[in-house]
Amino acid sequence: MSEALLKLEGVSLHYGSLKAVDDVSFEVERGARHALIGPNGAGKSTLFSVIGGARKATAGTITFNGQDITAESESTRARAGLVRTFQHSSLFLNMSVLDNVALAVEGFEGRPWRFFPSPRADRKIRERTMEHLTNVGLADRAGELCGNLSHGERRQLEVGMVLACNPTMVLFDEPAAGMSAAETHRFMDLIESLPADVTVLIVEHDLDLVFRLAQSVSVLAAGRLIAHGSPAEVREDEAVKVAYLGESEGAEPLFYSGGSDVA
Amino acid sequence: MSTINNEKTTVDPGTKTPAPRHAVRGGGRRRWLGLLLAVVALLVLASVPLWLSPYPVTMLSRILAFALLVVSVDLLTGYTGLPTLGQVAYFGAGAYAAGLTGIYLTTNAFVQMVVGTLVAAALALVTGIVAVRTKGFVFLMVTLAITELAHKQAEAMALTGGSNGLSGIPGISILPGGEPIALVGYLYWWVLFVFALGVALSVILVRSPMGRSMRGIRDGEERMRAIGRRTFMVKLVAFTFAGSLAGMAGTAWTAQARFVSPGDMAFALAAIALLSVVFGGAGTIWGPIVAAAIVILIRDEIGAIADGRGGMILGFVFVLAVFLLPRGIAGLSRRRAAAVGPTPIAGEGDEL
Amino acid sequence: MDWFVANSVTMVNGIALGAVLFIVAIGLSLVFGTMDVLNLAHGSIALIGAYVGVAVLGGGASSALSFAAVLVAALVGLLAGVLLAVLTTSVRDHLRQAMLTLGVAMIVGDLLLMVFGGDVKTVPPPPALAGSVPFLGAPYPVYRLVLIGVGLVVGIGLWLLLEKTTIGAVVRATVNDRGMVEAIGVRTRLVLAGVFGGGAALAAVGGLIASPLMGAQPGNDNLMLVYALVIVVIGGLGSLKGAAVGALLVGEVQTVGVALLSGYASFLMFAVMAAILLIKPAGLLPSKHGHGGGH
Repeated sequence: MSEALLKLEGVSLHYGSLKAVDDVSFEVERGARHALIGPNGAGKSTLFSVIGGARKATAGTITFNGQDITAESESTRARAGLVRTFQHSSLFLNMSVLDNVALAVEGFEGRPWRFFPSPRADRKIRERTMEHLTNVGLADRAGELCGNLSHGERRQLEVGMVLACNPTMVLFDEPAAGMSAAETHRFMDLIESLPADVTVLIVEHDLDLVFRLAQSVSVLAAGRLIAHGSPAEVREDEAVKVAYLGESEGAEPLFYSGGSDVA
Repeated sequence: MSTINNEKTTVDPGTKTPAPRHAVRGGGRRRWLGLLLAVVALLVLASVPLWLSPYPVTMLSRILAFALLVVSVDLLTGYTGLPTLGQVAYFGAGAYAAGLTGIYLTTNAFVQMVVGTLVAAALALVTGIVAVRTKGFVFLMVTLAITELAHKQAEAMALTGGSNGLSGIPGISILPGGEPIALVGYLYWWVLFVFALGVALSVILVRSPMGRSMRGIRDGEERMRAIGRRTFMVKLVAFTFAGSLAGMAGTAWTAQARFVSPGDMAFALAAIALLSVVFGGAGTIWGPIVAAAIVILIRDEIGAIADGRGGMILGFVFVLAVFLLPRGIAGLSRRRAAAVGPTPIAGEGDEL
Repeated sequence: MDWFVANSVTMVNGIALGAVLFIVAIGLSLVFGTMDVLNLAHGSIALIGAYVGVAVLGGGASSALSFAAVLVAALVGLLAGVLLAVLTTSVRDHLRQAMLTLGVAMIVGDLLLMVFGGDVKTVPPPPALAGSVPFLGAPYPVYRLVLIGVGLVVGIGLWLLLEKTTIGAVVRATVNDRGMVEAIGVRTRLVLAGVFGGGAALAAVGGLIASPLMGAQPGNDNLMLVYALVIVVIGGLGSLKGAAVGALLVGEVQTVGVALLSGYASFLMFAVMAAILLIKPAGLLPSKHGHGGGH
């Protein structure tokens, strides 16, 4: 059995007495489609940024690909193959679609410091960029200003940028937030079409989407891990039911039908 | 000069996933048009000493040196998103270094330019390590501190002539061992050469992968880190390049004025250099250059006519520009105005 | 100990200067914190205050006239602040705000030069406060001690206003979360315009009461602006206590620094600022959910 790709051991993030994330441990296998769910305020997003590197854990260790990355910066983690997306699309809105992906391509395959002209190197970057854009279905939008894209297209571009980083593992932060049902559907197809060797960890509010995509699920409530297992196991878990239904009445049904939840 | 932002989205039709055709067409045509305009502008500027009297030619020399300083501010403020008041420090460093080289070493203009640029680059590298760790308002204040510290240092040192400034700088010569240039027209041509060289380097920079990274930091530094980019290095390289460019502008200043004073590295100059970028359209090259010319003309020429009220007139121009030119002078170009941000898109050309 | 005895008077001078600078700087800080506007015309408003002193008290001071000067300065500052608040409402981009407010500063600077000329004008303190009292074994100007008192009163008053009133709660909430500005009603916007007006009124009064120390002359607007910017950035944007600490630090550096290393005071001030920003980029005492270096 190969070792898990991502391993969290006793990860905590405390702000004084506030325990945003408290002693969380779980593993994500190589090639897995893993989901992290939990009711509002459970600390999902905080844990997400701790894994991505935007915030540093106050205790515990995070191991990625056999390496302790607990203290590493966001950009170092990305270079190691652990790449995150953003909940609110934070693309380079004033730049073209092509530029957005080219920025990621250059970081990994080009020489980002180059400031002298080199038609050959430029063409290589363009070709790689167009490949990624084709994969996410945006090739015909390459020259468009990113700010002019629709919400769904921005999510597609987001995936294109992440794939341009040659990820071993992709972290998705509530990708379906703010999407129409049709957009969500297209987006799920996109995620399902990712190469099988790319591991996916998805933080999501929309449980329908989670149960369609994920093979394993971790449930967070009040900063603590309360359940871990297959979607079916988690669905039947008493603690999970209590955590979701225990919220203010009717605010958080366990299953949505529409799937368009604005975070 | 007008295609500075025109990204290289022209895709070779031979690749297996070609970009949309309008990007190919629009990008290519605009680039050639821009190059043509730049060449015409350069030829017109070069012909100026042939048909203008020495006084306006001298003034134009000053404008060109200042405009190159403004371009260096633009590289940081407009392209990298770092509002700076610090470029005059490197401008001054280059100016003093060129002047001292002229006094103690050689009158050769090339040597002075290289020495001044390198001194400014070294200073920018060292101070940049500190400055680029900050951003926004704090960056603005740190660069203001750099300017004030450089200003005080120049006033305090005997080497730079203290608060009296550095005088007695001999005229520059072009050929090794050649005679110093006395004619205003030749001096102007040298300044124009330095200006054109600096602008050309800047255009190449902003169209390169490095320039793309700079704009990436401007639009989303956090995002840059998330895709694995080391933004500190990009910012440090940009800061050092901009500092070198300001130093280069400083050597051109010394070549035409043959005098450097601490006032050339003061807050007031830093402020109008920054405002020239905003006035001209941050994130374009030609806009701030035009703005720099207007600003110097108002401050020095119209100000002299209007009984020393240049500051007030300039103030009114700035206030009006805020409301009438939301995207600066560069926004007057229709194609550019169509874009949402300071960086226009490649495919816009097909609207024409 | 000898050093302290020898320099104690200078240090008290520094506190007095710090008190005045605090009054000027706090408006800049609160306007930035609440309205997200960096008002680079702030120093000009302080200079207007100083010239109000020249206009009202130039022919000789009396207690009544001095009091009137304070009122006039406050009123002029309030109007200028509200005008700037109106001008800047539609300008969200910081660079364009800088162009707008620096443009206004250039206009005001030249107007004041036209009206009052380029010479240094002195402004007398109120006659009742013009004398000296024995202090630390030597006569010391009463006026400077009063300035320290005024600084304290303004600081405590603002603290009470911010911490204990509804208006203060709105202001603090906006400092902590600027997104609120978009989601709030007209009444709250009025409060914010009031912050702009009030901050500018304080700047004008600060400029007025500083004028017996600094005189009134062209260039003092930039000087005051730079002082205020340094104070705000040292203390932390939008922070009352930060502005107080920053103002005292700058006041001391400017007076003790001049006494120890004449000619290097400004050098020292910026060196101190750069050092502080290196260690704490958000300033010494940032407002609780401070905006860091965000622009």
